[in-house]
Amino acid sequence: MLNPIQKLNNKIFDADVEQISMRKGFGEGLVLAGENDPNVVGLCADLTESVQMHLFQKKFPDRFVQVGVAEQNLATVASGMAAMGKISFVGSYAVFSPGRNWEQIRTTICYNNQNVKIIGSHVGVNVGADGGSHQALEDIALTRVLPRMTVISPCDAIEAKKATMAAAKIKGPVYIRLAREKSPIITTEETPFEIGKAQIVWQGGQASGLGQEIEIIQSRVGIVATGALLHNALIAARELGKEGIMVTVMNLATIKPFDGAAILDLAKATGAIVTVEEHQIAGGMGSAVAEFLAQNNPTPIEFVGVTDQFGQSGTVKELIEHYGMGVEHIKSAVKKVLTRKRLDTNQK
Amino acid sequence: MDDISGNKIIELERKANDIRQSIIEMLLAAGSGHTAGALGMADIFTALYFHVLHHDPKHPDWIERDRVILSNGHICPVLYATLAHAGYFPIEELKTLRKFGSRLQGHPHRDFLPFLETSSGPLGEGLSQAVGMALADRMDKGRSSDRTFFALLSDGEMDEGSTYEAMMLAGKERLHNLIAIVDRNNIQIEGFTEDVMPLESMYEKWQSFNWHVQEIDGHSFEQIINAVAQAKTIFDRPSVIIAHTIPGKGVAEFERRYEWHGKPPNAEEAKMALAELRTLGGKIKGENQ
Repeated sequence: MLNPIQKLNNKIFDADVEQISMRKGFGEGLVLAGENDPNVVGLCADLTESVQMHLFQKKFPDRFVQVGVAEQNLATVASGMAAMGKISFVGSYAVFSPGRNWEQIRTTICYNNQNVKIIGSHVGVNVGADGGSHQALEDIALTRVLPRMTVISPCDAIEAKKATMAAAKIKGPVYIRLAREKSPIITTEETPFEIGKAQIVWQGGQASGLGQEIEIIQSRVGIVATGALLHNALIAARELGKEGIMVTVMNLATIKPFDGAAILDLAKATGAIVTVEEHQIAGGMGSAVAEFLAQNNPTPIEFVGVTDQFGQSGTVKELIEHYGMGVEHIKSAVKKVLTRKRLDTNQK
Repeated sequence: MDDISGNKIIELERKANDIRQSIIEMLLAAGSGHTAGALGMADIFTALYFHVLHHDPKHPDWIERDRVILSNGHICPVLYATLAHAGYFPIEELKTLRKFGSRLQGHPHRDFLPFLETSSGPLGEGLSQAVGMALADRMDKGRSSDRTFFALLSDGEMDEGSTYEAMMLAGKERLHNLIAIVDRNNIQIEGFTEDVMPLESMYEKWQSFNWHVQEIDGHSFEQIINAVAQAKTIFDRPSVIIAHTIPGKGVAEFERRYEWHGKPPNAEEAKMALAELRTLGGKIKGENQ
């Protein structure tokens, strides 16, 4: 069942679940952040409407800078503005920012410890027809390796809005990755959000503790998901429950700083983990989980994500299936990790 | 034009000479580092910190200060030596250059030395940061701001595409509060700039990006100071001062030789260089002679 404390959208599993793009959530969040703090400024590299910064531009034209198709300058000018006390939000596609301008981000934002928020849209294969050149499958790896960088991967438009507002309130570099296409609304305005805190969103079986923090009981596998694929993870969890396999699902929206305590609890309670992300398996969220558990609580892990390939054109659904990130793939990964758990006599 | 007396110029020349001596001493102590560009820019740094800038070494975070954004961070010995001579920190500390735990990192890092406006070293990034600072300044204060943002860059880093991205944006935004100074010393690591990647006509490049352009002798205090004064009168465009300098300036053995871009003097070379500087090339009697 859905964890009641998270106050999630009760229409998650409906066929007609509301779908909104994360970038729209970001665009609205940036306007709210701008209203909250006059130091918030926006910079964009000729993709203002595409990353939904036009909402901010319209409301605060004097606090918006159009830098043209120049992502290196985008990051570096933002660093200079932050040095003068601004809270700089820079928007582009993730392949260009933090892709093309990675070294500018490293040196002028992270090394300099400047208050810049990097918004990368069009992540994963959730770009659809534009094709592999525009599908960022490497951005988590690129950003989480940078000292001082906070890395956030919202699961829906509402969480993207909250993440944007929260990013404006913390000092220092933040990266937020956003999907292009509309994706199911999983959370509600009432769902708690805190940077750095993972959330249990689903508990297989009839859990105790209704209305309280849900207890991880009975579950044999913990699914850790980030981004829009959290929806597939939830569908997989529900279907697995009907097959008698109880799993717990965690939304790991903040990949860095890493919520080690929550992951440790989940690994200890379940003894097996499946990670789910729309990103290369190498260097992504699953890698962060594996790095942590290898050191703190060695646990069998299966990784759902892209396996060292580039994307291509297609619908989101076609691409998610083709690259092995569909509901059935997640279910298979859960079943596979269960067999590994049995083989390992040290695991309960 | 800024009226500058002959006495003031003599004072600045002596200060620049002291700074050059410090550069030699700190590079010798470090055993590595960049000699040519640091010596070549000593006059411009001296002019800025001892005449041009609105700054306060006792209150380095004074909010109304002018900003100096050094893009080609590898010439930091001249920045460190100038800051020390200006009173930001003890001159004795210069000998810690490039040593473990030193505030004087091999390339400037503001985590270690808080007086820096930015960390730098990777080329092609300083102008963009200065553009961002100047933009933020204008957002806050409009065109009435009297803070000036000085971006110091090398000619070699005009190979970097990002430099032109910054030039374009500054031209578009008509950043009157921004003054770029290009160290036109004609050398980079692997040779003369016009052999590695031709940069001329530099004047026309900047001009075509809607900048106000001046070319000066980067070792003439009168020209440096007057060029900055003229740049400050330009109200509808950013300004660039292309400062023709001699790499290794002040030590005949080092001058105009790109081999001195990235190496320090050894003990013998340092002794010779210091003797030359102390006697102003034999024109006066040195203290130690």
